[in-house]
Amino acid sequence: MREAGGVLTKPPGLACRRISHTFDSRRGPIQALDGISFGVRPHEFVCVVGPSGCGKTTLLKIVAGLLRPTAGTIEFGLNGQSWTPENGRAWPRNALVFQEHGVFPWMTVADNVAFGLEMRGVGRGERRSRARAFLDRVGLAAFADNYPPELSVGMRQRVGIARAFVADVPILLMDEPFGSLDAQTKLLLQEELLRIWREDRKLVLFVTHDLEEAVRLGDRVLVMTGRPGRVREEIPVAVPRPRSGVRDPRHVAEIAWHIWQLLRDEARRSFSAPS
Amino acid sequence: MAHLATAERRGSQELLRPELTRQGRKRHARGSARVWVPALVGVVALSLWEGAARLGLVPSLYMPAPSEIAEALWTSIVRGELGSNLWATLTRVVPGLVMGAVPGLLLGVAMGRSRSVRRVVDPLIAAVHPIPKIALLPLLMIVFGIGEASRIAVVAIAAFFPMLINAMAGVRRISPLYFEVARNYGASPRKMFTRVVLPGSLPMVLSGLRLSANVAFLVTIAVEIVAADTGLGSLIWLSWEVLRVELLYAVLVVISLFGVTLNLGLGGLAAWLAPWQATADEAG
Repeated sequence: MREAGGVLTKPPGLACRRISHTFDSRRGPIQALDGISFGVRPHEFVCVVGPSGCGKTTLLKIVAGLLRPTAGTIEFGLNGQSWTPENGRAWPRNALVFQEHGVFPWMTVADNVAFGLEMRGVGRGERRSRARAFLDRVGLAAFADNYPPELSVGMRQRVGIARAFVADVPILLMDEPFGSLDAQTKLLLQEELLRIWREDRKLVLFVTHDLEEAVRLGDRVLVMTGRPGRVREEIPVAVPRPRSGVRDPRHVAEIAWHIWQLLRDEARRSFSAPS
Repeated sequence: MAHLATAERRGSQELLRPELTRQGRKRHARGSARVWVPALVGVVALSLWEGAARLGLVPSLYMPAPSEIAEALWTSIVRGELGSNLWATLTRVVPGLVMGAVPGLLLGVAMGRSRSVRRVVDPLIAAVHPIPKIALLPLLMIVFGIGEASRIAVVAIAAFFPMLINAMAGVRRISPLYFEVARNYGASPRKMFTRVVLPGSLPMVLSGLRLSANVAFLVTIAVEIVAADTGLGSLIWLSWEVLRVELLYAVLVVISLFGVTLNLGLGGLAAWLAPWQATADEAG
């Protein structure tokens, strides 16, 4: 079903070609990304793992259009349309889910979830009914009129994810969305994310430092090197869906172990390097 | 899958903060002690004072009995003396506050948003802000003449700064993350302003309003003591001049009540305008 390699030459959902990025810092330029290339199919769930500081977040921000890469191009091949930074079209709609606190504390849960629609000029009535319908689907309907400070961290993150799905965009970018959660909440939210994604297959690029999480969620895992970030290896996850971490833990653990073998030296290097 | 869904739902209830659970509410019910303990303290203190004054344990020259103060307060109300002076104070506090806080808000938000505005205005603020604003009164009297204009001007200048500084800090303290989220969802500059900048800075703006209102009140009383023959401040000065100590205390009671009402009113306004903040405060 999934051919190895060759992703870049097929009509992709998303293709990053030789993306490099260099930050200017007080101590001189820091190269965060060094010629990253990969592709993601329109309905594929791809996880990105790598040692801390390897430029995962930078990569997501570049794909999101929040940051211009120093070099390289990004192509989006959605609905037969192709975008590149050069052809001047508007950046395709995408939704970035941040690690934490990306939910506006001053808006109710329903208003937060409807934010993407509001920015696109969707009318209040339709916005509200679509937000409510989604909140219903994820069991958050009772909290539609609550403000985020009244919710736990886990629930706030669910609101952030709901906002991304309701925004009705083909590309979902997630930056360690479950990074600050306890283990059980994390497992529940992974299940929930997969359930929603099965019903509404978007292209998902999911950054995490949790190797098992990457294997449980992704169709493929991109393993990055330490800074400057490059793609070390692409690992297909041949575990059939629906996957449950509880039902078939051994296979997941095996693949995660394999990734760890790849990452160990990189991780150790960034572990002892000055930040 | 069904068992997972119910587990999730149960989980989501446990994820709620304890303040919202039944136990939390019980703890809240005990909050009635918050009302009657201070009330009891007040009654006991007043009774002790009254007793001490009647027995001549405290000099009546500067500590008249509470009952005498109450009487002075009542006659002052009946004679209309208090009402007219309270009104005079109000007609300085409110216009002064509006004329100071509104420009303070606008400039503060502009400074919060734009580094170049900040660069230009900051030195001016730093130079003028440390001056106790009442010291500007003589100068303002030369500019505006001896009348209401100069009094309200000094109140406005005093009210301007706390609002300006809070509004600027409120805007600058909005996490860059919220701007990124809004940008990611394609917010127009207008939406960025109405949905992120304004609500994000609102709690600080409201506390700025509170500071400004209190400063406006303080400066108004001071101006009235120095240079006015109406208002609560001038009434205090008058009662000193004629040594009506009960009246002096009576005015202090009114000033205190005025201040309390002002703060309660602004607290209510804040809870209404920024409901998310109220819940955050309760938790913290």
